[in-house]
Amino acid sequence: MSDIVKGDSVIYLDNNATTRVAPEVVEVMLPLFSELYGNASSMHTFGGQMSHFVNEARANVAGLLGARPEEIVFTSCGTESDSTAVFSAVETQPEKKHFITTRVEHPAVIALGNLLEKRGYDVTWLGVDSRGRLDLDELARSIRKDTALVSIMYANNETGTVFPVDDIARIVKERGALLHVDAVQAVGKEPIDLSRTPIDFLALSGHKLHAPKGVGVLYVRKGTRFRPFLRGGHQERGRRAGTENVPYIVGLGKACELAGSAMAQERTQVAALRDKLERGLLAAIPNAIVNGDVEHRLPNTSSIAFESVEGEAILLMLNEFGICASSGSACTSGSLEPSHVLRAMGVPFTYAHGSIRFSLSRYTTEAEIDKVLEVMPGVIKTLREISPFTRRG
Amino acid sequence: MWDYTDKVQEHFLHPRNVGELPGANAVGEVGSLACGDALKLFLKISPDGIIEDASFQTFGCASAIASSSALTELIKGKSVEEASKITNKDIAAYLGGLPKEKMHCSVMGEEALEAAIRNWKGLPPREQEEEGRLVCKCFGVTDTQIRKAIRENGLTTVDEVTNFTKAGGACGDCREQIQDILDEERGAAKSFTEIKPVTRPMSNIQRMQNVMRVLDEDIRPRLAQDGGDIELVDMEGTKVVVAMRGACSSCRASQLTIKDLVEKTLREQVDPAINVVEA
Ligand SMILES: Cc1ncc(COP(=O)(O)O)c(C=O)c1O
Ligand code: FES
Repeated sequence: MSDIVKGDSVIYLDNNATTRVAPEVVEVMLPLFSELYGNASSMHTFGGQMSHFVNEARANVAGLLGARPEEIVFTSCGTESDSTAVFSAVETQPEKKHFITTRVEHPAVIALGNLLEKRGYDVTWLGVDSRGRLDLDELARSIRKDTALVSIMYANNETGTVFPVDDIARIVKERGALLHVDAVQAVGKEPIDLSRTPIDFLALSGHKLHAPKGVGVLYVRKGTRFRPFLRGGHQERGRRAGTENVPYIVGLGKACELAGSAMAQERTQVAALRDKLERGLLAAIPNAIVNGDVEHRLPNTSSIAFESVEGEAILLMLNEFGICASSGSACTSGSLEPSHVLRAMGVPFTYAHGSIRFSLSRYTTEAEIDKVLEVMPGVIKTLREISPFTRRG
Repeated sequence: MWDYTDKVQEHFLHPRNVGELPGANAVGEVGSLACGDALKLFLKISPDGIIEDASFQTFGCASAIASSSALTELIKGKSVEEASKITNKDIAAYLGGLPKEKMHCSVMGEEALEAAIRNWKGLPPREQEEEGRLVCKCFGVTDTQIRKAIRENGLTTVDEVTNFTKAGGACGDCREQIQDILDEERGAAKSFTEIKPVTRPMSNIQRMQNVMRVLDEDIRPRLAQDGGDIELVDMEGTKVVVAMRGACSSCRASQLTIKDLVEKTLREQVDPAINVVEA
């Protein structure tokens, strides 16, 4: 890399990919890289005092989720949390050979469904309608006596569509199956209270809520049978071996504390900026549609599909203006097909290839949104002038 | 993030020769919306066979737009004879190289040029002839196209074939067949004599293109009279999934419209086996 592009020089609207680490989080982490480098499992005070920091972080995470501290297991990322939940459910119930999930999960869960299918499991892939919504009757009908686990995301990373997790939990519990919720995109943006919603496992990831990349949490409801994914030492009370990543865990604890107090801001100020962006783009650009369920959506996410242009081309033009977003198009991912989420929703090809996701954060400013509103119509117009599929005349 | 050369960036941000070409006497069209990229090449060829002017319209990523722009620059002023020797390699070289996953963009340029020249010569578009056997049904790629890419670019793995032709890049069902072709080509000195033309049913891509054409040219205008519209959502073999828009979407008779108008027309004009369902 010749020229390094720094965060303060760009308009960062790709917060569903990753977020900036909050300055307060950096601050609490720094000493843990220098003078406080002990191992929490040590007998001496210098190391042992680390477990105090870790447990303080655990209490903060539990507080944000309405969970008990002992239900929180620190992991290395959202992906590890998803894998741990699924394999635990499978291994503790070897007689059950049915797994239910959705077609719109993150690859961290899709890949597990595919793997279980290969291993002879019967997998039900729940579809969604054109707005990305699940059919809860279909979910209810799908649950069987031999269902080992239902794994459903809280909110979709591409469209922001939020599933009715309370209803889902009720349906799954009534039928006696285990439920895992991938809440990686929802934590900090949607109010979650695990003391009231009967969920067995829940995954979150630090880097989506202003903590660093490479730290996550698996919530395991008290009383749920559990098998560790990583085996070895007895860290995390035997549920996740491996020396604790103390700086990151402490950072995540701080990030959860901040998220709790910023939740209202996410749901009002961030949502208002998102709405301004979305309304402005739809008003200025013809033949554009919003992907997802606008009535049940993360406050920070807007996925907009522009007809007859291709997403990577849009992103690279935005990049010229220092605007960072992402796309559900094939070309960006290196795959040759548009995203599985948009395909599951039946977004027409004319639109699917031209889908752009803007995801804001509490650090997004109105001036930044104004800049995007100023630039975007010209970008789409330019590309449509090049495209053979533009409706002309 | 792709590692594009400055030249690719430059041709993407400032493409040359964009738009329809007044007075064009040859047009070559390849790709489709469904595939994610498409190129329409316009040529103005003088009576003595010189490409006097060229322009393009492209739907696709940055490298597709840059490849199209490069192609038009490469062929302008050349004779048809000279131009027909241009391959995807020349396009990529002109741009200072393309990321390997994007080589299919340059192949699309080569194919559009070939199609335009055929069009000028009064030959039918390639697809209507029996040109080899369909290998990749997702992207409508034949063994002839795959063999050509292998030979012209010295490809040795299935992934490379995918990078150059897209074949194998979606469901992956055809990857084994691609490997067989690679094996054959490697032992080509011995075993390769000629590719037998095989009559083949309409490929999924051809069917999709025909369906899209009939939808646009015939069905949509008729629905528009009642303030309605229709969109192609997906196609699997002969199953066509559509969504009704505008007045049609709420109209209780939309099921009737789908069967009586859409399905009937598509069966008549494209394929009697077509089955239309609503998304
Ligand atoms: C819904 C969802 N699940 C899981 C993950 C994976 O999280 P991590 O990157 O921490 O492994 C992501 C991150 O993109 C996500 O959006
Ligand atoms: S048949 Fe080739 S990728 Fe599907």
